Amino acid sequence: MNLDLTFFSWAVVSSFLLKGLYFSVFLTVVATLGGIFFGTLLALMRLSGKKWLDMPAAIYVNGMRSIPLVMVILWFFLLVPNIIGRPIGPEYSAVITFVAFEAAYFSEIMRAGIQSIPRGQVFAGMAVGMTYGQNMKLVILPQAFRNMLPVLLTQTIILFQDTSLVYAIGAYDLFKGFDTAGKNFGRPEEAYLLAAVVYFVLCYSLSWLVKRLHKKIAIIR
Amino acid sequence: MGKWDWQVFLEDPGGKIPTYWQWLVSAWGWTVSVSLCSLVVALLLGSLVGVIRTLPDSPWLVRFGNAWVELFRNVPLLVQIFLWYHVVPKMFPVMAGLPPFILVVFALGFFTSARIAEQLRSGIQALPKGQRYAGMAVGFTTPQYYRYVILPMAYRIIIPPLTSESMNIFKNSSVAFAVSIPEMIQFAMQAGEETSRVTEMYMAVTVLYVISAMVINRIMAWVEKRVRVPGFVVAGTGGGGH
Repeated sequence: MNLDLTFFSWAVVSSFLLKGLYFSVFLTVVATLGGIFFGTLLALMRLSGKKWLDMPAAIYVNGMRSIPLVMVILWFFLLVPNIIGRPIGPEYSAVITFVAFEAAYFSEIMRAGIQSIPRGQVFAGMAVGMTYGQNMKLVILPQAFRNMLPVLLTQTIILFQDTSLVYAIGAYDLFKGFDTAGKNFGRPEEAYLLAAVVYFVLCYSLSWLVKRLHKKIAIIR
Repeated sequence: MGKWDWQVFLEDPGGKIPTYWQWLVSAWGWTVSVSLCSLVVALLLGSLVGVIRTLPDSPWLVRFGNAWVELFRNVPLLVQIFLWYHVVPKMFPVMAGLPPFILVVFALGFFTSARIAEQLRSGIQALPKGQRYAGMAVGFTTPQYYRYVILPMAYRIIIPPLTSESMNIFKNSSVAFAVSIPEMIQFAMQAGEETSRVTEMYMAVTVLYVISAMVINRIMAWVEKRVRVPGFVVAGTGGGGH
């Protein structure tokens, strides 16, 4: 097979890829922030020691984790318009899906992070008269975040790769950009190869950064 | 959404398969066979690469192993499946006649092999160095002390991550829908569209995924119990204190 990469010009990048890249990055950032927020809430529910909080959170987290992401994407695309009563585009649906789905994964990371803080610190916080909320906000969570930062970032890289699965509902992300460009120019093979190269470069550089950060944090501790 | 209509599973999709539930069973069969075949490929390749990365005095093999892991870990599975399905048969004429099933199995197998290689490497490195030296000291060759000393312990250490990887491979097989493998996601999308009973179709497929995940979990727990060496705990690998 002869590879012909001549179709790959700035015009292709600006008209097909940038829009997709923008959405992939947007989806990753929103899903990470939202996922960590709701994931932390879920983790607190699971560690609360109260059954009526722990049980629904556990069912949610384990349920999400035992279904393939593609299935979850399809479910949300079916259900969300039904719940809010009007049709929404695949892009909005993808954002809601990823926040909800990643919350389950981030909650497991945060749970491990909170549990990595010695019990003595919880007691110390209580002993100086802090409420549960103050204790969490001022003592436990900041340390848990820092301990778990490399894991959280690694999960973000996985999340970035997983955003390509919005292909199932036809949302326009980075991969869809390559897909469309390849089909339009009759060069799908080259487009898929380029897609692989671009994803590799992005994810490899990110994981290299995470590794460096990990070393830095390890020294501070 | 309206009321449930589970009788839709008794209707005729109008193909070779007489009813929708039989089509669902066949789709589940595709999911299972893609997953199991990929797991075999992933275990073989992952073990090889994982071992290579821990070999003493072979920096180039170690580099090759590291490159393998980075390559297959940093490209999304969907893209890898498209590469195997669309690009590999065109680039390598030898592969041109292969059925899509084999190509998807390779895609998922290679993708997962990088994860297993990484787990096996850390499993081997979690073993005390003395075990390697002991093997050398009694005169084993490198393949021998890997076969009789290191690997039997390393595989036992990595059973928990292997369990979640087997469950992942099952979930990841769903991505094969993108290249028209008639597995469960493909079924859910097509049958849902044909019958307009999307919710029922999704429900059935979701339940099958959950059941499958639980079965794998039980099987791996059974394996872990069967192969346990009494009193053997490697520090720092068990999740949480025990």
